[in-house]
Amino acid sequence: MKFKVNNNEVFASTGGRPFDKKKPLIIFVHGSGLTHMTWVLQTRYFAFHGYNALAVDLPGHGLSSGESLKSIEEMADWIKDVIDAVGHKEASLVGHSQGCLVTVECTSRYPDKIKTLSLMGGAGAIPMNPELLSLAENNDPKAVDLMMDWAHGPAGHFGGHPVPGLYHINTGTMLAKSRTIQNTLGVDFRACDNYKNGFDAAKKIKCPTLSILATDDKMCPVKEGKKLASLIDGSQVDIIDNCGHMMLLEEADRVLTVLKKFITTNYPPLSS
Amino acid sequence: MSDKKKELKPNTYKFDTLSLHAGYQPHKNAGSRQVPIYQTTSYLFDDVDHAAALFNLERGGHIYSRISNPTVGVLEERVASLEGGTAALATSSGMSAIFLTVMTLCEAGDHLVVSSQLYGGTVNLFRLTLPKFGIKCTFVKPRDTEGFKKAIQKNTKGIFGELVGNPGNEIMNMPEIAKIAHDAGIPLMVDATYQTPYLCKPFEHGADIVIHSLTKWMAGHGSSMAGILVEGGKFDWMQNDKFPTMTKPYEGYHGLSFAEEFGPTAFTMKARAEGMRDFGPCLSPQNAWNVLQGIETLSVRMKKHCFNAEEMVKYLSNHESVAWVSHPSVPDHPDHELAKKLLPNGRGSMIAFGIKGGKDAGVAFINNVKLASHLANVGDTRTLVIHPASGTHSQMDEATLKFAGLSHDMIRLSVGIEDIDDIKNDFEIGFRAARKPRLVSNQ
Ligand SMILES: Cc1ncc(COP(=O)(O)O)c(C=O)c1O
Repeated sequence: MKFKVNNNEVFASTGGRPFDKKKPLIIFVHGSGLTHMTWVLQTRYFAFHGYNALAVDLPGHGLSSGESLKSIEEMADWIKDVIDAVGHKEASLVGHSQGCLVTVECTSRYPDKIKTLSLMGGAGAIPMNPELLSLAENNDPKAVDLMMDWAHGPAGHFGGHPVPGLYHINTGTMLAKSRTIQNTLGVDFRACDNYKNGFDAAKKIKCPTLSILATDDKMCPVKEGKKLASLIDGSQVDIIDNCGHMMLLEEADRVLTVLKKFITTNYPPLSS
Repeated sequence: MSDKKKELKPNTYKFDTLSLHAGYQPHKNAGSRQVPIYQTTSYLFDDVDHAAALFNLERGGHIYSRISNPTVGVLEERVASLEGGTAALATSSGMSAIFLTVMTLCEAGDHLVVSSQLYGGTVNLFRLTLPKFGIKCTFVKPRDTEGFKKAIQKNTKGIFGELVGNPGNEIMNMPEIAKIAHDAGIPLMVDATYQTPYLCKPFEHGADIVIHSLTKWMAGHGSSMAGILVEGGKFDWMQNDKFPTMTKPYEGYHGLSFAEEFGPTAFTMKARAEGMRDFGPCLSPQNAWNVLQGIETLSVRMKKHCFNAEEMVKYLSNHESVAWVSHPSVPDHPDHELAKKLLPNGRGSMIAFGIKGGKDAGVAFINNVKLASHLANVGDTRTLVIHPASGTHSQMDEATLKFAGLSHDMIRLSVGIEDIDDIKNDFEIGFRAARKPRLVSNQ
């Protein structure tokens, strides 16, 4: 669906069900340079099981208009604005990679609004490789190719997509190249690199929190994910073997099963 | 010690490695090194919730082998990876891949612009069968780039062609024609059966959908029928209102909008969800496996096919019984330069040549070769010959034959990977027989 935030049109997938004000809201926040499409194997389930599942395109990404936001803090405030814009008082947040920085910051800023937090391939800080950052800022498609290489674990490199016929790495590449690289990936990588508040923000989080980490994640290694989780009161951790940073696609089923249990327990759906 | 920093390079697998490995993880299949043949019609659901989730596309997975099958799925991913595509859908034959592509794209009342040099079966589909479904086509000669532009109408939904036309070897200027299509907000569909991704990746030159008859070089061994459509993932279906079945809520799946939900894989998702469900031209797992065996050696075979083809071009060009030779490697071929650009790894193994003595000589040649097989196929590991005017294109009337760029003296040759000397020796036998009727009539 489309709606306006700060006068800019925002696109969000609703997982194939119409938005329904009565249902609790889950917002899915994508990673650097990507779009709502990365969540397709999680959102549809929630949308058909009593939730509004809103996979947003950040400003300037995917089908959303406006310019990309330049800092994680601005993105965190923007998520709060999304909750207001769709007429809800509260939401559950799910983030992947950069989306974890955004949702951690948002949860710490607006504790009354955020009911649960689910982090996938998250870390307290995501310092960027300077060469990768510079490639992305210079609009070099190699930045996307490197990201796709590093983001998939050894098993993910062979493929074996849960949806028959789809090939991971090329699909991800196409998403990341669908808009001008320097305006999406370039701005996002810089925002990640600049963000220093993750660990302090984590300490303020009181809502139920889940971290899904993957043993072969090179971008946000398990060690970093655990460090972040250890700062959040009572945080649950789930570790997936044989999987890289793109766990929401590489091990979509496993991720959905864990996520489903966590969210339905802590933030029940509208029963039909 | 050098302190020079190593340049960052993506280490995603390259073509030859993907040919062997893409789309398959042994550790998820009992450690089986070879891809298992999942000889089954259907798949257990964990519970009712799981069943509903699969039917609703909430989860990935298999339901029923008409829609998808794990062995076929490996083939689909493998071809998508080799083409540089986002997704693929395998079908029971090349023809069904073409039909499914058109039916996914078009509705009654729509129009397509189509290259006139196509496989005979495809010509009949576009000329005679699709009009029965209310889909009309305008044919344009492959070299008439401007003609493609002029033929576009308000209701045109795409351009379709074979990169190297069959059997005249006329090449369409894919980058230019892609631009024409994209300026009109419609996709370019390319049948790249004769090239395989080893010789050309059409997505790199602007194509949006690539189609293969896998029956040919991809499988390579003349054992199995199969086809595939592959999606490039770049085409924006939402840029205009020409493709409502891609962009508007679809009743068959709870109001799903394929373009919104699946973006760069929307076309394949729709072709499967709707086309496989309703038309059902599914590929058998055994045939998928046979094609996978072929793909494992694709680049090894294609190198030899192209080497033998160029040797045959030299041999035929210098032969007293040959009137003309058409192959993009011949320097005076009108598309020689374009072929160099689009087919840098080799110009393919399809040759057309004219035999002196016309139709009778052609028939004598075909009837007398012993090693080359006379049959209606191309892209076998074995050398194949046919006389199109009396074979593949025999259903065409005189005028259509001419429009398709055919002549009565033309022999079509699909060069195999036998020892090149044996192929030449066999052709000598054919040519000797072809000269005989003339000797007789000259007396
Ligand atoms: C270029 C081309 N496309 C499509 C086809 C049809 O493929 P199939 O025979 O696998 O149905 C053929 C068959 O000869 C072909 O040569």
